[in-house]
Amino acid sequence: MTRSIRNGIPRRRFIQGLSAGMAMAGLGFPGSNLWADSKVRMGFIYVGPRDDYGYNQAHFEGKTAVAALDWTKTVDEENVPETIEVQKTMESMINLDEAQILFPTSFGYFDPHILKIAKQNPDTMFLHCGGLWDAGKHPKNVGSYFGYIDEPVYLSGIVAGHMSKTGKLGYIAAIPIPQVLRNINNFTMAARSVNPKITTQVIFTGGWSNPIKEAEAANSMVDQGIDVLTCHVDSPKVVVETAEKRGVFSCGYHTDNSALAPKGFLTGAQWQWSTVYKQYAEMIKNKAPIPNLVRGGIKEGIVTSSPYGSAVTAAAKEHADKVKAKFMDGSMQVYVGPINDNKGNTVIPAGKSYAQTDMWLESMDWLVEGVIGSTKA
Amino acid sequence: MGKPVETVIITVAALLASALLVALFIAFTGNNPLDVFYTIYRGAFGSSFSWQNTLVRAAPLMLAALCTVIPARLGLIVIGGEGAIVVGGLTAALTGIALSDSGPWIVIPAMLIVGMLAGGVLVGTAGALKYYRGVNETISSLLLNYISIAVLMFLVVGPLKDPATLNKPSTFSIGDANMLGSIGDSSVHWGLAFGVATCVLLWFVVRHTTAGFAGDVVGGNARAAKLVGLPVGPLVVAACAVGGAAAAIAGVIEVAAVHGRANGSLNAGYGYAGILVAFLARQNPLAVIPFAILLGGIRASGGLLQRVHDLPDATVLVIQGIIFVTILASDLFYGRFQWRPAVVPASVATPTTTQPAQ
Repeated sequence: MTRSIRNGIPRRRFIQGLSAGMAMAGLGFPGSNLWADSKVRMGFIYVGPRDDYGYNQAHFEGKTAVAALDWTKTVDEENVPETIEVQKTMESMINLDEAQILFPTSFGYFDPHILKIAKQNPDTMFLHCGGLWDAGKHPKNVGSYFGYIDEPVYLSGIVAGHMSKTGKLGYIAAIPIPQVLRNINNFTMAARSVNPKITTQVIFTGGWSNPIKEAEAANSMVDQGIDVLTCHVDSPKVVVETAEKRGVFSCGYHTDNSALAPKGFLTGAQWQWSTVYKQYAEMIKNKAPIPNLVRGGIKEGIVTSSPYGSAVTAAAKEHADKVKAKFMDGSMQVYVGPINDNKGNTVIPAGKSYAQTDMWLESMDWLVEGVIGSTKA
Repeated sequence: MGKPVETVIITVAALLASALLVALFIAFTGNNPLDVFYTIYRGAFGSSFSWQNTLVRAAPLMLAALCTVIPARLGLIVIGGEGAIVVGGLTAALTGIALSDSGPWIVIPAMLIVGMLAGGVLVGTAGALKYYRGVNETISSLLLNYISIAVLMFLVVGPLKDPATLNKPSTFSIGDANMLGSIGDSSVHWGLAFGVATCVLLWFVVRHTTAGFAGDVVGGNARAAKLVGLPVGPLVVAACAVGGAAAAIAGVIEVAAVHGRANGSLNAGYGYAGILVAFLARQNPLAVIPFAILLGGIRASGGLLQRVHDLPDATVLVIQGIIFVTILASDLFYGRFQWRPAVVPASVATPTTTQPAQ
């Protein structure tokens, strides 16, 4: 094959028909027989490694749960960048693995990659993590699912508020996008509901996976007297491990991080994608229509709090459990006015409140009073 | 005729040796090497879909590799491809947005020109710092990568953000009408044509023009080049700038053919993979094409390796690494084999060699 590339114009040879021989070799792939049974065939795509203790591992754990069902067949691929490569992976899963339903899980996969491939493959369902689907703009075979992870982040904030001795919390975040700001604000408001003097220092690292900057930020925060660290980056491993090494408390994110910090781990916000993935698999199995938008919080079982670490006091547990019960029965509302941002402006006036599902919260561009930092990164 | 034959034989032998090492590694992971090789073939070159998958990945690698290849002819090791891709894509997106109503025939060439200028200036800076200030070009080009990525992220998250791109901050779109399409009925975008054409063009410049020859002289001995009156400084800066401009095309194509906007996805690591291709191709612009296709193919098959054999994604990195090390090690064998002992004395005896050999 190397020879043909060197001698001729390769482009013309492979693209135009690629001659019958090659094409037939393509059709003869075992892939086409592999799925001859009536199993539900699902494909999962992650932007990072499956074992990052973070965003990607959370999805991998969800995939593992559906893979265990005997009427499903799953394939997955890790470290797929948000470029044309993810388009090729999706096409490959459709063509070679005959996937009926794809879960390209990274945020940046949606536009243009999923939208483009979905238009070309109307029989495959594309479900994207992040809630970007818009009935007016996007194809019918695309959908979004997402969880209100800010609910368990709020619970982490309560525990952090109880456990902090210095009253200084630290949040290491990737970039100032609405989802991240919402987590930081929830964490801070929860902690300040315990002790109104608490502040949260925020550092934006500028990217979803910047281990060196994350470690530097964590160390500098501990040097400033911050004694509870948490983060919103793809992998919480560096931040939680650094906190443990420096002898301060940490709250996890994405998955159960307790193994990373046996002494200082308090609790954490984690996804339970298995709930969502099993629901989708059952819908396909029963040929039920698939909703284009699925959202939910603690009550729906899409997100949850990690088990409390050994250091957490009974008072902190009791307080957090009480608020958790309110999330479960739907009576808990976080964004109830008056709420000021950290520049002194009133963002939610007294008497006004926003329910968890309110779209206004999805375009958040402010940091709540008590946060030290700026949305300008 | 002897030298290219030797290169081909040694390269093929090195590839076979690396295949053997890869087979050992795969056997070590508990898989059947033949099955895995078949999967790689299937994922990379086994069908029309695989070929398209391979070629679409090879295109940016070709352009990124040139960023290392061209300065290397002058003895510089420049690794600024990633930065050139990023600034190329960013400035191209801004150009496309500014001109988006002018139609693709104006927008695309303008994006290319501006992107190439930006990439050229960026990597040219590394060349100028080297020649005029004595700054190590490898380090400075690496740092320029970091600066470029930081500037991209700052602008994309801040002043240049399209407010509609909430959770994936990006610039505004250049408009669907201005997007670069695919070649024929395939899914391979025109970036491949740009990649191949740029490699061929630069091979011609390097091999068949006085400028290319002057560059090779500088690479042979910069001091001697200066003594014979060659403008070494401008040549060094120009070579870096040309390399940067070539890599910047890859960034322009990412925006014009794939994303339609500039965002963090421009920093996808093509620049660093390009360094690998440059060394595999022994800094020959023409050899960049097959090696970019080989590497593109291995990367294209990475997905199937994960799905069929449950191998981790890092397998692809291991395979790339084994090939890289074997090819570099094969440098030892150049000039060691006397296939035609009769020819060597004959060439020594030709009238051109008037000086003693050593």
